[in-house]
This record gives sequence, structure tokens and C-alpha cells, in this order.
Amino acid sequence: MNKPLPHAIPASTGEANVRWSAEYAAQIGDDREVRNRSGIPIKPLYTPLDVDPARFDAEIGFPGQPPYTRGIYPTMHRGRTWTQRQLIGLGTPATYNARLRDILDQGGNAVSLIPCNSVFRGYDMDEVDAELLGTCGVVCNSADHMAACLDGVDLARTSCAMNDPSPFTLLAFMLDTAKRNGVPWNAITGTSNQSDYLSHFVANHMFFRLALAGARRVLTDHIAWCGEHLPRWNPLSVVGQHMQQAGATPAEALGFTFASAIQYADDCVAAGMSPDAILPRFTFFFDISISFFEEIAKFRAGRRIWARLTRERYGARDPRSWRFKFHGQTSGVDLTRQQPLNNIARVTAQAIAGIFGGLQSLHTDAYDEALSCPTQFGARIAVATQNILREEAHLTDVIDPLGGSYYVERLTDEMEAKVLAVMADVEAEGGMYRAVESGYVQRRIGDSARTFQERIDSGEQTVVGVNRYAIDEDASARPALAKPDPALMDAHRADFARFKAQRSQDDVARALAALVRATGETGPTRTNLFGAIVAAAAAGCTHGEICGTLRRELGFGHPLVAV
Amino acid sequence: MPDPAFRPKVLITKIGLDGHDRGSRIVAAHLRDAGVEVVYTPPWQDIGTVVKLAVEEDVDLIGVSSLATDHLIVPKLMRALREGGAGDVAVIVGGIVPDTDEKMLLDAGVSRVFHPGNKLDEIAAFVHATSAKVRASRFPSA
Repeated sequence: MNKPLPHAIPASTGEANVRWSAEYAAQIGDDREVRNRSGIPIKPLYTPLDVDPARFDAEIGFPGQPPYTRGIYPTMHRGRTWTQRQLIGLGTPATYNARLRDILDQGGNAVSLIPCNSVFRGYDMDEVDAELLGTCGVVCNSADHMAACLDGVDLARTSCAMNDPSPFTLLAFMLDTAKRNGVPWNAITGTSNQSDYLSHFVANHMFFRLALAGARRVLTDHIAWCGEHLPRWNPLSVVGQHMQQAGATPAEALGFTFASAIQYADDCVAAGMSPDAILPRFTFFFDISISFFEEIAKFRAGRRIWARLTRERYGARDPRSWRFKFHGQTSGVDLTRQQPLNNIARVTAQAIAGIFGGLQSLHTDAYDEALSCPTQFGARIAVATQNILREEAHLTDVIDPLGGSYYVERLTDEMEAKVLAVMADVEAEGGMYRAVESGYVQRRIGDSARTFQERIDSGEQTVVGVNRYAIDEDASARPALAKPDPALMDAHRADFARFKAQRSQDDVARALAALVRATGETGPTRTNLFGAIVAAAAAGCTHGEICGTLRRELGFGHPLVAV
Repeated sequence: MPDPAFRPKVLITKIGLDGHDRGSRIVAAHLRDAGVEVVYTPPWQDIGTVVKLAVEEDVDLIGVSSLATDHLIVPKLMRALREGGAGDVAVIVGGIVPDTDEKMLLDAGVSRVFHPGNKLDEIAAFVHATSAKVRASRFPSA
């Protein structure tokens, strides 16, 4: 491809540009400096002078070809639109299943299961305050619970994202459901979301955590085991979303995410896995803020960086290793409690940025997220928003529609440079594992969060309905927190107690003892820890029992917080 | 008149299961810079630990951050504070708290609930004023 660009710089550009600059300066008055959230200065106008046509082939190219700036597949959304994957989780497995079926009927086409915070933290329902059960996710503690959650879902045809931090018990329970339903494991598709343990130390201390060294071991085993048994499953989702929601700028979030991906890939390679065996199964998960062009440029730069990194650092030869696949979630932090219906407009803008950014899978937030867990009404609007953008708005007609924009191409270059600088900072700290251990990443994100909050408090950053255009609102018009039905939750707890009393205690004891033995083994022939967890789940062990066993054997991951 | 030499002492913490700490960290850092002595804990504190810390550190006020329904156990904290002899410590809650639950918290004795959109300076001013009242009630002659 050596044809000249259609907008190669005409000779008169320089003169016209000088004239425009003079007119702009004369008419704008006091021109304030504009910077995006990542701190990149934004000019009032971008022209052919901002892009170098000689770099077209190497830097921009075509969809489906390295460096994939314009998309990782030749057809992108024109061929197949993104997966509509709404996070769902509330109450008991039966409540979850009803909401899931409703969302699948409304246009969702993939499963995402959010468990209760008690599950995230590694406990069974009989180990925590009963008030908190099921308020933020489904209380799923056993293989039976998972079977009820996924009742009626065809696991051979529906991609399932399990929000399943280490030690991946939800996947273990799901594999048991698949076995019961006669679905072969090699047909299962989906992702172990929340497998990125480093992000759990850095950002939202929300998940069950082993001490860093133990978490590292469980994840490496998980990736190895899935590579052997679940060829279509993505065992790793590296998460920038947590960090950006915690306050990292978009460039920091992407830079830290790549630094984590490098850490995980290095660990897998050190454990004897080949880069081309693991990298095709690495996926990413990002926040999409309302900083529209910045997010688009972030994703375009991300594809370029990953395509080079995988080849240059790991010598990957399989193009599937080079493709930067990501799920996007619209940013909850940008949503407001004030005038909550305005959030529908925010989510729409964020979602368009993600779509133009070339995502593979999308969750749109419900407008009521800043008030409580989404109501069914809110969840349906979030799904409809995606349906409208996909089928009414003609957003998918053209691949990478902003490619070639002087501004977007220039911003993509500048975001790339910023992200590479963040990655170099982490490298200088000794890599992501060390940078998290020392608190470096946490401090940096905390500083950025505070800077951003101060920009809102000072009014420099407008938030409609919060620091500008506030109106008196009728608080009673806001939705109440959708709480699980106490009678259903009580019955769920009674069922669970009965199940624990009636199962084969011998099987459970044997499986947990095998898990303990596996944690003690060392050397290349040691038992794969995740294999032992899958066996324990099938033997009737509960989530809390598996997590409790690992917590005792491998040590608990206390927060490494810096203020 | 506010006493310029008065320095409130507060505990910023999270109880329950959730660990999202962006809010608690920002508020703690801002209060520290606004002349408040801040005792900060990471997330996931037991209610018993919070009471013990409040007593040992002799704080005027406890700020509880809740973003994922952990505010539902704040009434348990209020009870535990009273039983632990720290019933005079003021408690504020900040985060995602639905209106119906805000009323429940105020009824349980929480001094104020801050929501997304409240300014850091507003929080700092309330902490100063409320802590001063708590301190004055402890040392009426001072």
C-alpha cells in the first residue's frame, strides 16, 4: 500500500494556517489552556501538519493487520458487532436467573455473573453479616447454586464471564454445571474476569486475596490448567477498569494494565509456557470515561502498543497473540446522584467512545448506579441504549470511523507516548509486582484521584447537576435500593445449611486435604492448584471452604494502601 | 468563634465487605491538609476493631465510607460504640447511600450522610464544627 494519502499536505496549508492562527488569536480573547484527563495539552485545531503521512503504513495501516490501530479484525463491527454483556448480580440464584433471562430476552447475548461481596471476599453466606447478603451480587457458594444461576442457559453457545477472583471457584462450579448438562469443557467460552490479582491490590480492595506470592502461584496454575482443559476459555482478563475507577488517568490506567500484562506473561513464560500458547487467551477490561476523544485514542494506542510488545518482547509469531481484545464498561464514577436520568446521556456518550474505540464486548451502566444496585427498569434502559447504538444510529457502518482525523491520529500518538512513559516508570520500579508491593502504583493513583476531585470542586471540570446547573430535586423520585427479598434470602440460607449437613463429609474432607497437600508441593511436577480446586468444587466443597483453606495455607492478602 | 488552635482528631474507615477506597483516601488526605489529625484504616475493618481504635485513639469523630451497601451495618457500629463507652463519638457516613437508608442512618444516630457531589471543603467544615462540639462536651470547662 503505497498510494499517496488523499489529504497529503497541500502547498497552501502553511499560509492558510498562519492566517487562521492570527484570526483565532484575535477573536478567542483569553484562551485557556485545555488538557485532557491524562494531562495532554489539547490544541484548538488539528491540521495535516499534525500527522506525518509517511508514517501511515507503519502506524495506522488497515484493520486486521498489525499494528491493528484501526481494529484487530478485518471486518470489525461491520462484520460482527460487539458482545452485549451486561453485568448482573443480585439476591439468590433464582432471582439472578430471572434477571439474566430477562436481559437475554431484551437483547443481551452473553452472561456476566456478579457474585455478592461476601463471595468476592472469599466467604460463604454463613460467615458474614446477614444484612449484606445479596445486596450487590448473587449469593453463589456452591456447585448447586451455580446450576440454579445458569438454569436454562446453553453453555455450549453462550459466552460466560465469571467475575471470579482467584481462586476461581465460580468457574470450578460452572464446570460442574457443564458436566451435569452434558456440555464438554472444550466447548465452553468466556472469561475469568477479575483474575488480575495485582489490580485488586492496587485499586478496589474488593476481592478475596491471597498474599501476593500465593496469588501469583494460583493465577499461573489457573492459566496453565485452562490452557490444557478449556481451549476456548480466556483465563486472564487484565483490568484497567479498577485503576481508572480508583482515579488513575486513562493513560495511567492503560500503562499500569500493560505493566501487569507483562508481569503475568513473564510469570507464565518462567513457568514454562510458550508465549503463543498463552497470549491469545489474554484479554483486557477497561473503563470508558466521558472524556470522549481521549478514550478513543486510548484504545487505538492500546492496540498498537500490544501488537508491538507481544512481538518485540515475547517473540510471539501467532497473530492471535498480537490482538488486543478488550471489554469496555462505561464509567460509574462519571455518573451522578443528582438528576439521575442525565446519566443515560452520559452512558450513551461513553458507549459511543468505546464503540469507536473498537471494543469486542460492552457493558453499559444503568442510570441508577450512583444510587443503588440497578433496578430492572434501569437495567433495561442500559440494554436498550446498546440496541439503539448498534441498530439505529449507523455507528457500525464504517470501521474505525475516526481514523484519519488529524486530531484523533495525533492524540493516539500522544496517548501512546504517555502510556509508554507510564510503563517505563513501572519498569524502573522493578516491574508491576514490585511496584505494587512497594505502594508506588497505589500512591500514584491516589494522587491522580485527588487532583481530579479538586478540579471538580473548583469548578474547573463541570459536572452537570453537581457543580453547575444544579436544581432542587424531589428526593422521593429517586429509586430506593433494590434489596433482596428477606424471605427468599432466609430460605436460601436454610437450604445452604441443609446442603452442608447432608453432603458426603468424607468426600469434602478428602478434597480439602488434597488441596492442602497441593499447596505444599513444589517443583515442576507439583499438582496444579486450580485442578485441585475444580476437584474440590465437584466433591461438594463450598466457596468459603476452598477460600478458607487457601487463606490458611498461602497467607491472606492484607491491603497495601498508601494515602 | 472557632478556636484556631483546635485540631480535630478523626478516624476514617470502612467496615463490612467492600474495599473501594477512592473516597475514603481522598477524604482522609483532604482532612489531613485541612488541619485534622486523621487516623486512617484500610478497608474491611471489623466493627469491634473500629470501636477499639476510636477509644484508644480518643477520636472526636468517625467517618465511614460505604459504596456497596456496607452502610446497612452502621447501626450495628452505633450500638457497639455506645456499648464500648464511646457513644459520644460523632459518626458520619459518605458514599452511595439511598435516601430511604439515609433516614435509617440518621435515626440510628449518624450525624450526617455525605453523597457524591458534596465538596471536600464542605466535609472538612462539618468535621471541624462537629468535632469541636464533641470535644466541648467532653471538657465542658475548657
